[in-house]
Amino acid sequence: MAILPPGVSAESFQAAIREFQAAIGRDWVFTSDDDLYSYRDHFSYIKDQPNELIPSAAVGPDSTEQVQAIVRTANKYKIPLYAISTGKNFAYGGPSPNVRGSVTVDLKRMNRILVCDDKRNFALVEPGVSYIDLYRHIQANKLNVWVDTPDPGWGSLIGNAMDHGIGYTMGYYRDHFGAHTGMEVVLPNGELLRTGMGAMPASHSWQEYRHGYGPDPAGLFGQGNFGIVTKMGFRLMPAPEHWRNGLVTVPKRQDLVPLIEVVNYLGDLSMCGEPWYGSPLSQLMGNTEFRDAALAFNEGEMDRQAASANLHSWQVELQFYGSERTTLANWEYAKELVARKVPGARFTDGESLKTPLTREQIAATTGPYPTNMRRNITQGVPGLGIWYMTGRTERNPNAWNETHIGLFSLIGRSGEAVLQAQQDFAAIARKLGMPSLFPNAIQTPVNWYQFAFLMGNGFGLGGGDVSPAGKLAATAKLREVLRENASLGYGDYRAPPILQDDVADQYSFNDFVLRRFNETLKDAIDPNGIISPGRAGVWPAAFRSMRGGMRS
Amino acid sequence: MSGGRKALAVAVLVTSAVSASAQDVERGQAKFEHTCAPCHGAGVGDDGRALLPGTDALRIKYQGSLPALLEQRTDLNADAIRTFVRRGTWSMPPFRPTEVTERDIQDIAAYLRQSAAGASRGAR
Repeated sequence: MAILPPGVSAESFQAAIREFQAAIGRDWVFTSDDDLYSYRDHFSYIKDQPNELIPSAAVGPDSTEQVQAIVRTANKYKIPLYAISTGKNFAYGGPSPNVRGSVTVDLKRMNRILVCDDKRNFALVEPGVSYIDLYRHIQANKLNVWVDTPDPGWGSLIGNAMDHGIGYTMGYYRDHFGAHTGMEVVLPNGELLRTGMGAMPASHSWQEYRHGYGPDPAGLFGQGNFGIVTKMGFRLMPAPEHWRNGLVTVPKRQDLVPLIEVVNYLGDLSMCGEPWYGSPLSQLMGNTEFRDAALAFNEGEMDRQAASANLHSWQVELQFYGSERTTLANWEYAKELVARKVPGARFTDGESLKTPLTREQIAATTGPYPTNMRRNITQGVPGLGIWYMTGRTERNPNAWNETHIGLFSLIGRSGEAVLQAQQDFAAIARKLGMPSLFPNAIQTPVNWYQFAFLMGNGFGLGGGDVSPAGKLAATAKLREVLRENASLGYGDYRAPPILQDDVADQYSFNDFVLRRFNETLKDAIDPNGIISPGRAGVWPAAFRSMRGGMRS
Repeated sequence: MSGGRKALAVAVLVTSAVSASAQDVERGQAKFEHTCAPCHGAGVGDDGRALLPGTDALRIKYQGSLPALLEQRTDLNADAIRTFVRRGTWSMPPFRPTEVTERDIQDIAAYLRQSAAGASRGAR
């Protein structure tokens, strides 16, 4: 099913294809239906619909110079481009573009690890380098650094950072865009820009001082459409010698407030890695009496039933990186701080292990207490084991999660904010006619970002009706959820292209001044609007009439 | 196509099918380990699961009628591999030609022929 970029004639498109072929070789310009099938979003809510976000062609450059040539040709013919790295941004659109008929710039072949320095602790990589690739490079060369990997390790360091992805080790490293150390970008006119110290031709410290001098435009390229990033540096965590974990539980519902205060304190002092919150009361949700209390947010009754069952209301699993003695000292200090603030808190020592952990230690799920912590990602070992969540399993032998989607809202990083968000999200679900056990009064946040909490609020729509009509209805419902979230002050951090205008609409302060500012820049830097038009709701003038088009 | 030419074509195909070089097999093994094994390898899965997700999904699908491990399968020629790689299946998304080239598909097929033969010998 050949399609054309919007507003481009068949003749112009063919001329552009010939120029792409001349620039990068015929073997790396893809136009057949068979080849382009792999550029669709495998988890699309609008698969096979007339507006499915599929490209007209794909090009696979092998160098920055080839990317520059592609951009210049696209400008000449006013063809929208959409850049992907490893194309694995599943739950957020996969490799699919914002504009149907774009030409996908597939950067997978640019997969060189240019620098990996375990004395100064950084790497400089191209977009096609995955977390698994960098991990294997580190292992093969016996380097003394870790990668901070997201759950599936096939993603690109650059692509993940570009969409503000996260990891699971120490705070600084978990924010993958925040841990970048400068980048090289092909601008919409084909020029090459380097940020930070990379702007200085003879610099010796590109990956060590990302600010350079003067305004730093690096933030424009994250979830942005101001250029195509072809190199990017990342700070890497030095390999610690020891890892330790421990469990803290607190008895009452309101004890979440001081618990989070203490964990924030420890985390912000870099004394612990990612904390994993949870509620021991989840095991009571099968009990009708408790479930009724939880769905009604009846705090007194929940506390009463928790005490009756000899269960605590909240738990947090802490992890510590360092030496045997420093991790022990930090764990002991954590216990002391919590005990000071929360009467009745309990502490269970976890495991104390020399790193790197063995395969058996990483795979272990037993220990002094039941744990939800996935060892491989806490140890910086990327893999694909987590993909079982989307596929055929014993519990789900005849279906797969074909509407896999991620929607997480920013909430305040406090116990009060969590308890309020639980009630708000549950009220939204009720208001929109989505009776569900989730969200509920025992839902906990994730602390992927050191300085922020995210809480899931997709309301389990992904596991529902997967017929084409069912998917469209779910999409419409998700748009309503995003509007309701915004009305209560909850903004989402990431979304697939079909929902990006809706998320961008949440950020409406002062009559959308942020969007107007970004689009003023966009029009000046990219007058033909060829780089990823519509990405994160930023529409260039040439395509601005398409804003909100996915809603129809 | 005449009978003679057809026979010649078949002979060429058969020859090419069995004449993969050691380098082809080695490349196929490297590609398999890099791209396929993280899901379809022999290791344990996450969250206490005994198998990696691709291997476990095939175990559940075939219930012992075919091996769950791709490296033990004798029925995966290049055409079959190409179909699964380019189209995806269930939660396995398609892989693009920049990730897995046509040459890679041929090499992986060569590797799987050898690994399956090895598994078969080992099973005796």
